[in-house]
Amino acid sequence: MEKIPILRMGRFLLVTIQVDMHDQLALQLQEDLTERIVAQRARGVLMDISSLEVVDSFIGRMISNIAAMARVLDAETVVVGMQPAVAITLVELGLSLDGVRTSLNVERGMALLNERLREEEQSAELQHDQLTRGPG
Amino acid sequence: MPVVHRIVLPVRSQEDIVRVRGAARENSVAQGFSLVDQTKLVTAASELARNTLDYGGGGEVEITRLDEPPRRGVRLIFSDKGPGIADIEQALRDGFTSGGGLGLGLGGARRLSNEFAIDSKPGQGTRVTIARWR
Repeated sequence: MEKIPILRMGRFLLVTIQVDMHDQLALQLQEDLTERIVAQRARGVLMDISSLEVVDSFIGRMISNIAAMARVLDAETVVVGMQPAVAITLVELGLSLDGVRTSLNVERGMALLNERLREEEQSAELQHDQLTRGPG
Repeated sequence: MPVVHRIVLPVRSQEDIVRVRGAARENSVAQGFSLVDQTKLVTAASELARNTLDYGGGGEVEITRLDEPPRRGVRLIFSDKGPGIADIEQALRDGFTSGGGLGLGLGGARRLSNEFAIDSKPGQGTRVTIARWR
């Protein structure tokens, strides 16, 4: 069966969509990604859609769903590389991709994920210090 | 007599939706559409093809290249023999859905097209016509 490959990069997962997906393939990706997030304790998903020439309401909903599911599983999703013509069309279609973080390219998307992870670790350390030091 | 480019494709499976997108792309490229105009037409075609499949129980699309110098365009007619739409006004409203979708299909396709017409009779099917000009 045909599948969209999911690559692992450290604590993140990288998905590059390079084919015009039919609906079942999009649903399969949604399922595969959530499974991989849990199995590999991934903290972020980078979805590269620079090869996608069309994002209709179905694909748009899949992208929103993936971001929402990932969030519930404590992973951040960043969508990168949306083509300008696709962005223009999406807005006119009425799709706003609420709750989905976007970035211009893979490099900046990766920086965004790393930054978020660092911030979280720092605040976790701070909390830990306060706890071990006690009230006085 | 000018040559009329016209094809009819089935809309009976998810793979057919992908093929309709491809044909809409091909014809808008042939008509010299800009990338944005191509993308708008292909996206509208995708929404309508999915409606034909999901709500109309499948059907077909007729794609015609329109050559009316100096205008050039592409027209798509989606038709099915499904249950039809009882309230077209309601169906065109964003967010209204009788299935599991987002309810952007019809209204979205209308916004992405230059011309839009819908003809539907309960129990007899639905016919949606869109056209986009370069």
